[in-house]
Amino acid sequence: MKYIVSAALISGLVLSATSAYAKTINVAPGPNAQEELQEALILAEKGDVVELAAGKYVLTDGLSLDVDGVTIKGQGDDKSILDFSNQQASGDGLLVTSDDVFLTGFAVENSKGDGIKAKGADQIIFSKIRVEWTAGPDEKNGAYGIYPVESKNVLVDSVQVYGASDAGIYVGQSQNIIVRYSIVKNNVAGIEIENSYGADVYFNVATENTGGILVFDLPDIPQQGGKDVRVFNNYVINNNTKNFAPEGNIVGTVPAGTGVMVMSSRNVEVFENILDDNATSNILVVGYPNQTKDKNYNPRPIDVRIFSNRHGNAGYKGDFPGSDALAQALGGSLPPILYDGTGENIQISDNVPAITLNISEAGRPLTEAMPSPFASDSEFEGQKLKAIIMPTQMEDKVASTLSLKEKAQ
Amino acid sequence: MIIGSLLIGAVELSRTADDKITSEAFPRTLSEFGFFENGNGLKPNDQLISYDLKSPLFSDYSEKLRYIYIADGKFARANGDGLIDFPVGSAIIKTFAYPQNGNMKLIETRVLLRREEEWVALPYVWNDTQDEAVLKLAGKRLKTHYVDDGGKTHNINYAVPNKNQCKECHGLNNVVTPIGPKIRNLAPESLEHLLSSGKLKLEGKDIHPKWDDSLTSDLDRDARAYLDINCAHCHNRQGSASNSGLFLNYEESDPVAYGIYKRPVAAGRGSGGLKFSIDPAKPNESIIIHRMKSAEAGVAMPQIGRSIVHDEGVALISNWIEQMDADKYSAQ
Repeated sequence: MKYIVSAALISGLVLSATSAYAKTINVAPGPNAQEELQEALILAEKGDVVELAAGKYVLTDGLSLDVDGVTIKGQGDDKSILDFSNQQASGDGLLVTSDDVFLTGFAVENSKGDGIKAKGADQIIFSKIRVEWTAGPDEKNGAYGIYPVESKNVLVDSVQVYGASDAGIYVGQSQNIIVRYSIVKNNVAGIEIENSYGADVYFNVATENTGGILVFDLPDIPQQGGKDVRVFNNYVINNNTKNFAPEGNIVGTVPAGTGVMVMSSRNVEVFENILDDNATSNILVVGYPNQTKDKNYNPRPIDVRIFSNRHGNAGYKGDFPGSDALAQALGGSLPPILYDGTGENIQISDNVPAITLNISEAGRPLTEAMPSPFASDSEFEGQKLKAIIMPTQMEDKVASTLSLKEKAQ
Repeated sequence: MIIGSLLIGAVELSRTADDKITSEAFPRTLSEFGFFENGNGLKPNDQLISYDLKSPLFSDYSEKLRYIYIADGKFARANGDGLIDFPVGSAIIKTFAYPQNGNMKLIETRVLLRREEEWVALPYVWNDTQDEAVLKLAGKRLKTHYVDDGGKTHNINYAVPNKNQCKECHGLNNVVTPIGPKIRNLAPESLEHLLSSGKLKLEGKDIHPKWDDSLTSDLDRDARAYLDINCAHCHNRQGSASNSGLFLNYEESDPVAYGIYKRPVAAGRGSGGLKFSIDPAKPNESIIIHRMKSAEAGVAMPQIGRSIVHDEGVALISNWIEQMDADKYSAQ
């Protein structure tokens, strides 16, 4: 008994010590929301929580946070809504440029550029956030919904993104990444991991996008050599939305009807996903399609392992140049797994037809395809990549928002 | 303390309050710094050194009044790459104004304070009576107008940047850094003045001011100088647009990195359906021109500090792209 009392006292002391430094800054919707919210984000100090009351915040400019260790917490992604329909400047709805930031329980709607961007952040959490362009797919929508770039220790958990004209969840030039339990719908790309090192993408639902989940590596940008990405246990279903990306962007080349697409990356594992009703193909593995002078860039997919996925209907309406002729040559439809032949050490053990197009090198047009059944050039090696692990305090923060019911699940 | 400042006020001699520059606080009003006589933004105290730039950043056609403050007995040093290293306690003060009805209407004054740890950027907005400017940490939108040389009135939805936005442009490796006062970009007479007053010292044998770096008759130099000043504060390898891979600083020598046949990375609809940042000889096929010609959020570049199009800038960069020899660069 004595022990319990003193333990309680100690924890009480610790709590009060913390609260002496950390404070909650309350912000509510109103005519001065822009100024009040932005000022709160500037004046917040390490450990503080900026708490957004429920309601719609009508904002005229992008918001930004540049203080380490701050939490922005709303009352739920359908309750605390940051509305950027009247945004007059700045590309992003919310820009985060500091470390150890926890974003949870609010929505960003109709930002003119990206929804929430985090640049150069270490330990950034997006949890229970909704980003939406409410008019549905439109090339005038912003490019990315959730957009961490040049960041490390990136945790995206239980978010929803609708209507992005590029990628719903886009992680670029980052390292140590988890994207999980999220819903991406009506975007060009549902989830895209680009030029990044070490990512786990699991238990997400990608549906009604142009392409469900993409793993890309591109030239002429600072961090290259994207590698070590696992895509598993996702539902990637009915991604047949017409590509509405503005031309010039690489996702503009993604065929409608793509489930999972791997472009010129290294060490990628795609396994135990449920892939169904993707009209071009459930899984595409290809090289970079354009010419580049970048000497440091590898345009080929290398060490890609595809296994234990469950495939439903796929390949009934291809959406790339020459896809109709190709389908005809293959007996009327495209296979669930399509590989352009430009890579190295591609291993496929799913029990469905897979075709290689035998393109001689990355950058050659698909019209040069000479399709043949795919045969791995090496023994199937199984799963090789290890799970991505976030710093404990990040997982603790996410767990702290779970209801008892959610914890039970 | 109060009596002291009253006495100083009585003899109308404003001195810079050094403690306001170096303390960690954010002074609520501009007058607390003592930069101006009687709070009159057009009358700097005699400790401020006025300066001009060869190639200024376009800011919705506003006039800019620029001053450097370096405390008595101290001086700045210019290092090898032409940046100026200011001593702790220095300040750079820039007022934005529009001529209206024969007067200069002050809009805002931005101060960059060289504090012990780092530079701090703070925006102050002038009141209607033009005798005080108040800190607006969160920025502000102001409806104003200006009359161009042809007598035409232009309405402007002027945006005072918030403190974070100051850093978006002034951030180098995530540290606030002055942009304009570089040796090569200071107007010759300003450089001369700083040197002769002993407030600036050039160090190292091989440092010479480059008098002719910009605004000569050389189109290539003019264009690169314009891009350097208007874009490169973000578009450089350490800037806030580092992830784009588009680097418009004057020193960049890789043609793809400064835009030629460079494909967009994260431009979204900012690409305007075009394939390359710069398509040689085709300004209208170049994303850079598309974004300079737009005033729409999400498309317009720069993202901050411009709400209308800088026609002369568009013309300069268009001419530069127009005269490029496409054959010189192999299409990708």
